[in-house]
Amino acid sequence: MSNEYLNISEVTIDFPTDNGYYRALEKVNLGINKGEFISLIGHSGCGKSTVLNIVAGMHQATSGGVILEEKEVNEPGPDRAVVFQNHSLLPWLTSYQNVELAVKTVFQSTMSKAEIKDWIHHNLELVHMMHAKDKLPSEISGGMKQRVGIARALSMKPKILLMDEPFGALDALTRAHLQDSVMEIHAELGNTVIMITHDVDEAVLLSDRIVMMSNGPAATVGNILNIDLERPRIRLELVNNQKFNHYRAEVLKFLHESHIVKDVA
Amino acid sequence: MILQNIKKLFLCKQFLLQSYESKSVLNIIPKNLIYSKQSKSLFIPIIAFFIFLSIWHISAASIVTSLGQVPGPAQVWSQSINLVNEHIQDREKAEKFYLRQEARNAKKLEKNPDAKVKIREYTGNPTFIDQIGTSLFTVLSGFFVASIIAIPIGIFAGLSSSVHKALNPLIQIFKPVSPLAWLPIVTIIVSAVYTSDNPMFAKSFITSAITVTLCCIWPTIINTTLGVSSIDQDLRNVSRVLRLNWLTNLTKIVLPSSVPMIFAGLRMSLGIGWMVLIAAEMLAQNPGLGKFVWDEFQNGSSNSLARIMVAVFVIGIIGFMLDQIMLLLQRKVSWDKTAEVR
Repeated sequence: MSNEYLNISEVTIDFPTDNGYYRALEKVNLGINKGEFISLIGHSGCGKSTVLNIVAGMHQATSGGVILEEKEVNEPGPDRAVVFQNHSLLPWLTSYQNVELAVKTVFQSTMSKAEIKDWIHHNLELVHMMHAKDKLPSEISGGMKQRVGIARALSMKPKILLMDEPFGALDALTRAHLQDSVMEIHAELGNTVIMITHDVDEAVLLSDRIVMMSNGPAATVGNILNIDLERPRIRLELVNNQKFNHYRAEVLKFLHESHIVKDVA
Repeated sequence: MILQNIKKLFLCKQFLLQSYESKSVLNIIPKNLIYSKQSKSLFIPIIAFFIFLSIWHISAASIVTSLGQVPGPAQVWSQSINLVNEHIQDREKAEKFYLRQEARNAKKLEKNPDAKVKIREYTGNPTFIDQIGTSLFTVLSGFFVASIIAIPIGIFAGLSSSVHKALNPLIQIFKPVSPLAWLPIVTIIVSAVYTSDNPMFAKSFITSAITVTLCCIWPTIINTTLGVSSIDQDLRNVSRVLRLNWLTNLTKIVLPSSVPMIFAGLRMSLGIGWMVLIAAEMLAQNPGLGKFVWDEFQNGSSNSLARIMVAVFVIGIIGFMLDQIMLLLQRKVSWDKTAEVR
């Protein structure tokens, strides 16, 4: 286990509530290799976001822990960049300035001014946002904001990219465009990615492995599905691909079954 | 634009008279006047103002006080012109005084080049216009000092809940205190502490300005605290992921994010400061609008009531203008252009 790039081991977390402690996660174990694209899928409130927040360092596990490249994670940092669900761009800064804040903070001492500028441009180009680099977040669409958010996260050169339902608030067409962009970027840069999603198609399309979480309280990893589809994956060609449909069915079945269990309980 | 509208009104009036004869008034009014947006925005307030003036005129005529009849709009208007004329006359007088003094001194020096020349300042009473100037200067000084104190306190209270807990009871207790209660304390302390042979500012000015400060730091503190403490959790997370240091977090995230709230607080503070100032000046005898009102009240001439009413209007109009200036600033600094600031 320890030779994996990111290692989540025996993570348990309790949140204090008015009626004692609420155990959100129980003994979550997950190893992730370098360059792997992992999706976390599960019902609302199953603790997917909590797993991500623990990896990001926003929450501290009650017991167990996270090791990234042989170092324990215990606070947030730019080596684990987060793409937030609702973009979280600073509304008073332009696209360029939003990325600039990240780049300047992380690479102030290692990059020259010209390098910083080039690097910001490079990242905005990567998400196809150079045309709107001087626009404020309020002047661009939701999809564009999310692109800038991804550019900001990528610009930190993170060891691992954490995406918390990055396309949840977008319409279907915009979402498809962004998924394609993320696949493109992943192919080009080979980032290690953990993505939270509700969307079964999205999970199968993007991931190398899908981690299906059981329902809370005391949620944990229910099942892990290897997605053995060749890359580059092309959305339209996969529609009639048997393997793709099989994976889709697997995930749906898991979600549906855990739903029934929940209803009975 | 105003001329155009007056012209429009005039045309409408003629039109109404004509149509009144043809008994079709009801059909005409809506189409031409009420539903035309541009004229509606001016027409209704103008009508309301004239109604206000006529009610004032009628009711004033029926009240007789120890100073004679309560002045109506016409007397107040003529007094306002009087006050401006008095100012112009006083300036002329001052100019003449200085010319005479110069001539006198030049003569003296001609006779004896070593003679000591005395230069005296003109010592006329401050005119109404001077008093407006003094009031504005006093309120802005007090407001400026209050802002410098209140914004940092608000930021600290917003960032740290312990600071907030520590300060909140004090803020809540001092916030509702009337300026009239502060004034005696401030007066006595200022006369004890502010002793200098050649003071830069008059004591009455310091007293009034400090009273303004004491009353108008609270809204800014409260709003700044609220603005800083209600920063979006997502933006805070961005700051945590980037591991921004304290100062960068303050300048890049906290301040820009709370600037609209800070300005909303400043605007409230200035409004309160202006109200407080008039009361403070009345009692502290700072040569401003408040003193003008007080002096006229003590004077008790037949014109006094009308002159006080002029002051009331001027106080109101200046307060309104100060608020509009703050509103403009508030709109300018607000990054959230979708939020309507009013």
